[in-house]
Amino acid sequence: MSKFSDLTRLPDARGHFGPYGGRFVSETLSFALEDLEKTYMSLRNDPDFQAEFDRDLAHYVGRPSPLYHAERWSRQLGGAQIWLKREDLNHTGAHKVNNTIGQALLAKRSGKPRVIAETGAGQHGVATATVAARLGLNCEVYMGAEDIQRQKLNVYRMRLLGANVISVESGTRTLKDAMNEALRDWVTNVDDTFYIIGTVAGPHPYPLLVRDFNAVVGREAREQSLAQIGRLPDTLIACVGGGSNALGLFYPFVEDEGVHMIGVEAGGDGIETGRHAAPLSANAPQGVLHGNRTYLMSDEGGQVSSTHSISAGLDYPGVGPEHALWKDVGRVEYVAANDKEVLEAFRELTHVEGIMPALEPAHALAHAKVIAPTMRPDQHIIVNLSGRGDKDILTVAKIDGMDF
Amino acid sequence: MKGAGMNRIDQRFATLKDQRRTALIPYITAGDPGPAHTVGFMHALVEAGADVVELGMPFSDPMADGPVIQKACERALKHDVRLTHILAMVEEFRRNDDETPVVLMGYLNPMERMGLQAFAEQAAASGVDGVLVVDMPPEEADEIAPLFKEHHLHSIFLVAPTTSKERAAIICAHGEGYLYYVSLKGVTGAANLDVASIEHQLDSLRQLTSIPLCVGFGIRDGDTAAAVGQVADGVIVGSALVSRIAENCDRPERASDELKALMSEMRQALDA
Repeated sequence: MSKFSDLTRLPDARGHFGPYGGRFVSETLSFALEDLEKTYMSLRNDPDFQAEFDRDLAHYVGRPSPLYHAERWSRQLGGAQIWLKREDLNHTGAHKVNNTIGQALLAKRSGKPRVIAETGAGQHGVATATVAARLGLNCEVYMGAEDIQRQKLNVYRMRLLGANVISVESGTRTLKDAMNEALRDWVTNVDDTFYIIGTVAGPHPYPLLVRDFNAVVGREAREQSLAQIGRLPDTLIACVGGGSNALGLFYPFVEDEGVHMIGVEAGGDGIETGRHAAPLSANAPQGVLHGNRTYLMSDEGGQVSSTHSISAGLDYPGVGPEHALWKDVGRVEYVAANDKEVLEAFRELTHVEGIMPALEPAHALAHAKVIAPTMRPDQHIIVNLSGRGDKDILTVAKIDGMDF
Repeated sequence: MKGAGMNRIDQRFATLKDQRRTALIPYITAGDPGPAHTVGFMHALVEAGADVVELGMPFSDPMADGPVIQKACERALKHDVRLTHILAMVEEFRRNDDETPVVLMGYLNPMERMGLQAFAEQAAASGVDGVLVVDMPPEEADEIAPLFKEHHLHSIFLVAPTTSKERAAIICAHGEGYLYYVSLKGVTGAANLDVASIEHQLDSLRQLTSIPLCVGFGIRDGDTAAAVGQVADGVIVGSALVSRIAENCDRPERASDELKALMSEMRQALDA
């Protein structure tokens, strides 16, 4: 028992994490969510379902992913030992596939022939298109027009996989608007469509099931830590947009009070400039968007703010409701890394370790750079390297003045 | 501020029942195409036969709305239309019309940001009669429902074709004023009405509640209004009206005339 044991029993029956979460949706969606909840709850502890999930993770995704000791980088930073949980080595190149495998199995059981998804950086879209191809499901992915511009490679990948990528021109033309459009599609086509949400946000039961499917990351990391380090790590660091890779890593450690956890949000141009995507670090007010109550960046009139981040995958004004609670109870520390620090970390890991991270986990790496030198060499940090950086090459090249 | 007497919505439906008439309920988005036009549009709608006016509160992320109302929200938000402005519009409307019920319809976040207590108080003081919060099902209404009740604001809820019997019972237990039955799967502004199926659904809802049952989504002209009017206590029309405004953004007088023309067509069709 730990003082945080209560956190493992959430959400409650109505999807609340303390004051956060819930199911704030139009009545037109209630049926679909009740149906999904019923399906998931009946399978959550079903050994056959879990075995099928584990088999796919092993043979299709390539799990377990390694826990890699970044010895050279650690030495260079001159402090704690940094270990990278290599989610970038998963099939499709990010942690996102853990969740899409799980939800695709639910879709298969529901018998619906069509899946839809929203995507920001395109990693969730690619992971969805991938499982749809494998199961022979029709797949449509909603993506903000601005994100389509900055993630062209992933857009083409999705098309090669047979998915139809739909450009979303409304609102801020980024992830939140893609999610609005996907929800509208689902309301309209609920009879034959399964909505694969990519993060631990959205209405209940999505924050629960996306967390569950990603928790394999933390379970593995915990075992690997015991085997390779000989004890639990001192600190976990993960980037937080909606927060699925962070919850996946953190959740299995929640009762380990000695393990400090840090979520790193997108600081954009800097919290003080207002041009960021860091609702937790900036202490944004409580609000309701996309079916859940959480910390939400909005203006005085309650209109959702536009956000800014170098990484499309973190460019979201809200955050998963479980993170909101973990901030309030002090289980996780939330900080922000700004675009400039993120780019430095991206380049540094690439040069020093020969591993090119996605810009999203480069936020976590940027914070590791800050704290590792303040720690002793016999202390250990695990950073969730949640995705690989190939998709971001064009973004970085543009900053370098290269044009392909 | 109205007294502790009957809510205007209940009064209006009682009168309509005596007259054996079907309620005609238009929806427009407050502040579309600019805040100066809304009160005039509301009076025009009433003049042409509206029994209740639904006023949309624009939101940056209107998840349950189709493109027509999304764009109306964007037009209104260009003018930074806020809840306080919308309540002032209702107050201005009330100077010349103390009878027609006004229902606000929108999403939860702007209300929460204003403060639910402040919103309920000021809405009641402005002459609002009911509120429909699109993204707040009864299960999540524990905080807001008592506040609305205290200020004599009716909580209006949606019922969908996919709503289960168990949920319908919960919604009926919480709903006041009228139930808003969503006639089809989809977002606002979609097509394809199935009147037989609507009739069947309304029949089962009547087993659960005695409040009026109004139908929205897919009603766009006199014919569709009349068809639904055969089976419902009221018809709600939104996107068809908002499209008229969209087509005449630069000509508000023309927009007003077109709103009136469509309302009159529906009124006549309903009363025929």
